[in-house]
Formats: sequence, C-alpha cells, structure tokens
Amino acid sequence: MKRTHWLLGLLILAAALSACAGTPTPAPPQPPAPPATSAPAPTAAAKAATTPTSIRSAVGSGCHLILSTTTSTFDSGLLGFILPDFEKKFNCKVDVVAVGTGQAMQIGQRGDADVVLVHDRAREDKFVADGYAKERFDVMYNDFIIVGPKDDPAQVKGMATAADAFQAIANAKATFMSRGDGSGTHAAEMRIWATIGITPTKSLEWYNSLGQGMGETLLSSNEKGAYTVTDRGTWLATASKLPNLVVLVGGNHISENKERALYNLYGLMAVNPDKFKGINAEMANNFVKWMVSPETQKMIGDFKDKATGQPLFYPNAK
Amino acid sequence: MDEITHGFFQAIHLILSADPALFEIVWLSLRVSGIALLLSTTLGVPMGAALGLARVWARGLITAFLYTGMGLPPVVVGLFVYLMLSRSGPFGALGWLFTPSAMIVAQVIIAFPLVAGLTMAAVQGVDAALRMQVRSLGATRWQELWAVLREARIGVVAAIVAGFGGIISEVGAVMLVGGNIEGKTRVLTTAIVLNTRTGEFALAIALGVILLALAFVANIAMLRLQGRS
Repeated sequence: MKRTHWLLGLLILAAALSACAGTPTPAPPQPPAPPATSAPAPTAAAKAATTPTSIRSAVGSGCHLILSTTTSTFDSGLLGFILPDFEKKFNCKVDVVAVGTGQAMQIGQRGDADVVLVHDRAREDKFVADGYAKERFDVMYNDFIIVGPKDDPAQVKGMATAADAFQAIANAKATFMSRGDGSGTHAAEMRIWATIGITPTKSLEWYNSLGQGMGETLLSSNEKGAYTVTDRGTWLATASKLPNLVVLVGGNHISENKERALYNLYGLMAVNPDKFKGINAEMANNFVKWMVSPETQKMIGDFKDKATGQPLFYPNAK
Repeated sequence: MDEITHGFFQAIHLILSADPALFEIVWLSLRVSGIALLLSTTLGVPMGAALGLARVWARGLITAFLYTGMGLPPVVVGLFVYLMLSRSGPFGALGWLFTPSAMIVAQVIIAFPLVAGLTMAAVQGVDAALRMQVRSLGATRWQELWAVLREARIGVVAAIVAGFGGIISEVGAVMLVGGNIEGKTRVLTTAIVLNTRTGEFALAIALGVILLALAFVANIAMLRLQGRS
C-alpha cells in the first residue's frame, strides 16, 4: 500500500514536470479553466497559461520585448493602458519588469532588457555616456510634491521652493521619511538636499531612510506624522488611505507646481545591441519610435487618475 | 481590519468565479514549486540518505554547509541566480532569465539543503540494528537504503514538506529572477507584493488566503505518504 502511495506521488510530480518541460504540442493538464473552449474569445491570460516553461526558446515564432521600468509606470496602470496598442501593431508581446529605477538600470546595463524606461536624468545620461544606449528620448513627465502632517510643525506649507521647505524641515528637526532605495524619487530628494548643502545621514535623529517603495513610504509617513517627497501619481492613487497627510509644496495640480526641481522626467532608452548578444534591437527601436509617436503621446496624456480625473503623466516627446 | 475580512470574502469570490488570471497564477506557482521540489527531492533525498549512512570524508563539514544552506536568504539566492543567468553572466546564452526556468533553478537551490539536510537527520535517527538485520538477510546496498528510507519516512516526508513550504511561500528570489511579468512569471507571492505595493490590500490578503489553502492541501497530500504513524 505504502509503495503505491509513493509511486502515485512521484507520478503526479512527473506529470507536472512533463507538462512544463517544453513539449509544446500536447496541451498540459489544465486546472479547471473553462475559457479556452466555452468563452467565445479566449483572453490573453488564458492563452499564456499554456505557454511552455522557457519563453525565449519555446515561443520560437512569438516575438517578445523586455521592458525594464520603474514601478510607477506599471503600478499606475499606464503601461496596461498603452501597451496593448503596441503589441497589436507590431505583433510582439512586451514583458514588463517593474522594479526600482536603480535595479531597472542595472538590468539594462547587464543586457537583460531590450528597452529601459526610467526617471533619473543624471543616471540616464551616464547610461548613454557609458555606451549602454545610443540615445535617450524624452517621453513624458509628471511632478513630485512634498507632503507632510496636517499640523505642519516645520511650517513649510505654501513655500515656493523645495529647497526652502527642506531647510525648514531640517531646522525644525521634523520627522522626514526618505525612500532610501536608490529610486528616481530618492534621487530627486537627494538632489534637493544637495542644493542646501545637507547630506542626510543616519546620525540625524529626524531623518529616516526606509529603503522601501513609494506606497510603503507614504504609509509610514502617515503613521508617524512625517514629511516625505512623493510623485503625484502615487499620491493621487493612495491619498484616500492617508488621512494624516496633506500636500504642502507643489499644490493640488501640476499646473500649481512652479518648482523646476520637482519636475519628474521620464527617459526611454533602447539598450545598445553592440554591447550584448540577444538584444531584440529591431523591436526595441520600433518601441522607441512608437512611444514618441504623436498617437502614443496622445494616449499617455489621455490616461487619467480615476478619482480626480487628472492625467498621471504628461507627454513631452520632441 | 476591514481589509482582512474583505480579503477573505474576496478570496472565496475569486475561487468561485474561476477567474482565469487567478488560475494562471496559481498554476504557475504550483508548476514552478512542484518541479523545483521534484528536482530537490530526487537530488536531496538520496544525497541526504547517503550522507546519513555512509562514512563520508569530511561529513561534519558537509553537514555544516547543508545546515547553513537551510538559512540562505532567498534574495541572495535570487541575486546569485540572476547574475549567473544574466546576458552578461556565464549562462546568459540559455536565455532563462525572466522565465519560469530561472525561478525553478532558484527554488531548487533554496529547497535542496532543506530536503537533503533533514533527510540526513532522519536517516541518522534510524536504529543501526535494522541495517544489520536487513544486510544479514542478504539485501543489496540499494535494498538496504530503501529499507532505511522507509523506516525514516516520517522524517523524510517532513524534509520534503519543509522544502515545499520554503519555496511556495518564497518571494525574494522569484521576484528577482522571474521579474513578476504578467502572464509569464507572476506567481502568488509576487502578485501579493504587487498588490500590496499598489494599495490593493484586500486582493493581496485574498491571494495570501489562497496560497495558504494551497499549501494546506499540498501538505495533506504529502502527509499521506507518511502512512499510519
């Protein structure tokens, strides 16, 4: 009896293995997923479930492009909104790897992505200068704002420049939450500190480097009554869950934000195919052309936050 | 608290509505962790048993390595596998990065020390008299090994269960080497991270409930292997 149990277990595992191991012809044993037969139009999701393990090798004819990008472009829903158009036009699936800007650029620098869409101008320029991409393209922008506790202990509300606000926070030793994760938002924050000659370190009692994403940093700021820098998109999407925080610098709409230092530019770069083998250069170039085309630029501007009706990204390709 | 209760109801709703996107994620989670577990078991159980039985040179050192391996942070494993499979790494030509294959490799590295180490401990606990007896009945080496493994089956299955628990719930490594690509490498744990990050707490809890339920069912199935005990 026991032996049969063992064998049965192995058999089940073996079945799972063979379903996966890359025999593309027979459909793997599906979980009770009806859509393939019953639904009139099988969704992309249902089709992907039958894709064998190794995408690169198994989908021989299927084109796909790897886009490494920051969490903001994906989490906001922008890519989900615009990418289907590209996939349809060029018959090529876009694999989105959404990570922090630092990691997104590393992935590009190792040749593991075909295109990179990030928001840290200084590092983007270095990326091009180091030859990892031939050119950087403007595609869109939005802005950062400074949010903080309602009682505003550092009195930064309405200050014209981010530098003044940071100086006031530092003078008041008011609790400040930093992303601390090498993201584009973190880089923008560090640039502002640099303009007033402050290098935040852990020895500063009031300064907290979290090493976390925007959502987590906003939640922590809300809990601790702290100041922080956030992109407007994430703020708009989550403000309803942050009752203790208000916008202090940058206003309620990008048109109210006069501070250049708070502008958040996104750059698009096709990874240099001369540097690495296996880059899908042709499709990467198609992608860049498509992103800066007037049609796609219009789509980016049409993508709006559901609650406020504000665009989350503003197109600015030249 | 609202999110948690809401999450439970959403979990039930998701399961009942047979959401195709959910099934895809669940199926990939099971496939990746199932294959990783199968590989870790086929490698780890014989190796653990051999280490437990034979007088191997430097067994102490190997044991120390195995036990240390049980504590490997998945993120470190993920980073290592990422650098190996990167186009700039030694195995870049395989083209496995950001595919389920890479996730399986990472999970094998995580589960193998657990399976091998705990199997070794279980086998060492078997009465030496049994081996003498089996051998005196004229058993071959393989028959002897099989007899010892059967005797130690409670511990061996516990080793496999520990390996499974270690990888089905693991997120750091699969996030790095899989990339959490929708429809290709998104598994339950990375979907939970994504939904937490985007503030969809109820959906994240719902996926967590489903993950736990799956692990529960899988463990029940594996525990049946222990037989009456």
